[in-house]
Amino acid sequence: MSTTATQVKQKLAVIGNGMAGIRTVEELLKIAPDKYDITVFGTEPHPNYNRILLSPVLAGEQTISDIVLNDWDWYKDNGINLITGRTITAIHRTRRELTTDTGEKFNYDRLLVATGSNPFVLPIEGNKLPGVISYRDIADTEAMIDAAKRYKKAVVIGGGLLGLEAANGLKLRGMDVTVVHVMPWLMERQLDEKAGKLLQGSLEAKGIEFRMQAQTEALVAGESGRVAALRFKGGEQIPADLVVMAVGIRPNTALAEKSGLQISARPGGIIVNDTMQTLTDPRIYSVGECVNHRGTAYGLVAPLFEMAKVCANHLAEYGIGRYVGSVTSTKLKVTGVDLFSAGNFQGGEGTEDITLSDPIGGVYKRLVIKDDKLVGACLYGDTVDGSWYFKLLREGKNVNEIRDHLMFGESNIGDVGHEGNTRAVSMKDTDEVCGCNGVCKGTITKAIKDKGLFTLDEVRKHTKASSSCGSCTGLVEQILMFTAGGDYSATPKMKPMCACTDSTHQHTRDAIREQKLLSVPEVMKTLGWRTPNGCSSCRPALNYYLLSTWPKEYVDDPQSRYINERAHANIQKDGTFSVIPRMWGGETTADELRRIANAVDKYKIPTVKVTGGQRIDLLGVKKEDLPGVWADIGMPSGHAYAKALRTVKTCVGSEWCRFGTQDSTQMGKDLERAMWRMYAPHKVKYAVSGCPRNCAEAGIKDVGIIGVDSGWEMYVAGNGGIKTEVAQFFVKVKTSDEVLEYTGAFIQLYREEGWYLERTVHYVSRVGLDYCKKKVVDDPINRKALWERLQFALDGEPDPWFDFDKARVDQRQFIPIKPVTPQAVTA
Amino acid sequence: MSAIETEMTWRYVCKLDDLPVLGARVLERGEEEGGNVAVFRNDQNVVFALLDKCPHKGGPLSQGIVFGERVACPLHNWTIELKSGDAAAPDVGCTARFDVKINNGDVFVDLP
Repeated sequence: MSTTATQVKQKLAVIGNGMAGIRTVEELLKIAPDKYDITVFGTEPHPNYNRILLSPVLAGEQTISDIVLNDWDWYKDNGINLITGRTITAIHRTRRELTTDTGEKFNYDRLLVATGSNPFVLPIEGNKLPGVISYRDIADTEAMIDAAKRYKKAVVIGGGLLGLEAANGLKLRGMDVTVVHVMPWLMERQLDEKAGKLLQGSLEAKGIEFRMQAQTEALVAGESGRVAALRFKGGEQIPADLVVMAVGIRPNTALAEKSGLQISARPGGIIVNDTMQTLTDPRIYSVGECVNHRGTAYGLVAPLFEMAKVCANHLAEYGIGRYVGSVTSTKLKVTGVDLFSAGNFQGGEGTEDITLSDPIGGVYKRLVIKDDKLVGACLYGDTVDGSWYFKLLREGKNVNEIRDHLMFGESNIGDVGHEGNTRAVSMKDTDEVCGCNGVCKGTITKAIKDKGLFTLDEVRKHTKASSSCGSCTGLVEQILMFTAGGDYSATPKMKPMCACTDSTHQHTRDAIREQKLLSVPEVMKTLGWRTPNGCSSCRPALNYYLLSTWPKEYVDDPQSRYINERAHANIQKDGTFSVIPRMWGGETTADELRRIANAVDKYKIPTVKVTGGQRIDLLGVKKEDLPGVWADIGMPSGHAYAKALRTVKTCVGSEWCRFGTQDSTQMGKDLERAMWRMYAPHKVKYAVSGCPRNCAEAGIKDVGIIGVDSGWEMYVAGNGGIKTEVAQFFVKVKTSDEVLEYTGAFIQLYREEGWYLERTVHYVSRVGLDYCKKKVVDDPINRKALWERLQFALDGEPDPWFDFDKARVDQRQFIPIKPVTPQAVTA
Repeated sequence: MSAIETEMTWRYVCKLDDLPVLGARVLERGEEEGGNVAVFRNDQNVVFALLDKCPHKGGPLSQGIVFGERVACPLHNWTIELKSGDAAAPDVGCTARFDVKINNGDVFVDLP
């Protein structure tokens, strides 16, 4: 093995200057900018543009220059040799040589074939007449714009996505447009019959005419030789000065086939493996619409971007990342028509439908469910929840428990802070989209245009919109769609923990348990972390997984904890901290209050506030004062700063209340003493009410206990935060010992299986309430084992406010270093 | 070299071992002197010094999680390069940096 500093760069040739090929080059430049000399060949005389946005250009809503993705300078700045207007006619694989239509020859070390797809042309008489075009590139679009200036009658053959966008654009440019479609309803591959009919209705209202179930027999020339009419089977003719064929695409594999690369017979496409290398020649890669991966040829953009990433990764010789296929969704880009579909929206054996149909209001929704999972969605008229359904679909989440309100969308489950805005199009530029980060619509559209953003993640990074609570995600996706043509987010089936690794949360948890990994560096080494010591996102997660999997064995790593859990107080916007002492069950005494009051005076603590969890919050404490405040108050840590048990909120209960049926305060104190110092994937809140009036608000807590005359009802997975989630009934028990055992077992299950930063509501919705019941309610042996494991983990755990050494609290952090007199240095 | 170094004002901070690995300490300075300085140490025993103010909203960088040659601000998770004080893309901003040297396990920062 030897490498030299002056290694000659390898030659990478890219055939195809379109979205998939250039995206691959971009990804490659990001990770290995100096690895290759890159030459790109493009038949079209344009730099790379966004083909998806040809429709808005045709409709007059954007211009060609608006949709250019990489201008000429980009190629120059990145040292890429761009050769446009010439077509590669041959690949000589043994000589590794390309030949252009002008006879020039180029050598390559590695080759990327990204030739895209060709429009399918109907094999009918007259299909080559002047005035008959397909709809694929800038030239076609310009031909249509030009025809609209000079002619009146347009016919579009094909009522699919592209055909309808063409029809809409030509109509807006003043032509009389008829759409001829062979099937009984429009977009039959993306829509069911009802939605297809609704779509037809709203396009008819825009003045477009339709001939459904109509077969074209021939195109007829007029006196000038240009197309003049279209003849149906049966002989009827309609006038046509322009005919646009939009009846589908076929992978463009002619060159590949000629060069001996293996091609799929049906549905077509160059056969590639999971690293996007052609099956025939590992030096030749292929991405995009010309590809056949595991039997599928994709005609949408999101999968192409995913392929690009994997391909670049392999070209850079990182040897990681595999493409395993994509789930796709469709949206129509016709202004004023909202439409979304994904998955199997037609249903079939073993599926159930939930439908909502409001023909007057122009809203239709159909959700297809199979085995308690959402497998398809078709939305018309109101698509704001499209991304939410798509997410449920992709992740294969169990939806049984939200089935009743699934149809009414994510907001029905309790979004707050959007003033009921559900349609991005009707919003003004100054309207706020993201309430958490104060981002307006105009800021988002500007960032998308100026910075060329494509995915939701990119928009989040650049604008922070929807990056906090995420409840405006649907709106942001709509804006992305109208500005960039869609959300091209890669849709990996398995999401890695962070950019440091390909390992998922689940895979990491499993590896830590199965291989008995006992330190953060060991996990990183075993699972192939790419970064030396992770990042602020994965390290806290790993630390928690180790801690919860190997209690008493793993040694906590404070440097892998967020500052709040390192300083054991909650950092505030000005860098000071807040202190919340523990008050068991929310009860306190005159003595405790006196000590708190004295500390407030002594340390000049500016704000004292009562929290929602029935505790007292001291705000604005200087970091160096923290140990003093803790010692003076002399109450245990409230862990109000940690991903841990926070509070057990209680009502006064039967001791005082004339309605109380159970002693909820005592139950709350017992629970809190049993569970405190318990770290968890996220914060955990309990509440205990003494009667069904539920004054402790147990219905929106991770664990809520409600006393009834005959015992206690236990509810789990509630949440009072961003989305108000009502806790679900878990079990009813008789005694307070049972309350401890059942709640302890449930929370231990969550501690052992939850992903970091996953609240109980998300954990339970991921694994299903029935699963939790099976593990805790139905299986007494497992329940006792879980409860014992929790008690084992918590037994003897230190209070971090007092037992610094055992809790591994680095006390140096409370002592700022004072500057020392300047030391004159003479050399 | 000597010409440049004489213009520097090296101040003794602490022993290298007084800095937590993958952590930081605060060097106290009055607001009129420019405010606190954060002194970081990574797992390669490289020490960095930055003004203890995130270019975003002034968060105390000394309290952030240190990884590689970066720190994540504890307030809104901006990532700051320890070497340069630059915010990692796509965020834009820069915080002041100071030269650091280590002599026999003693850490010095060049503070004007």
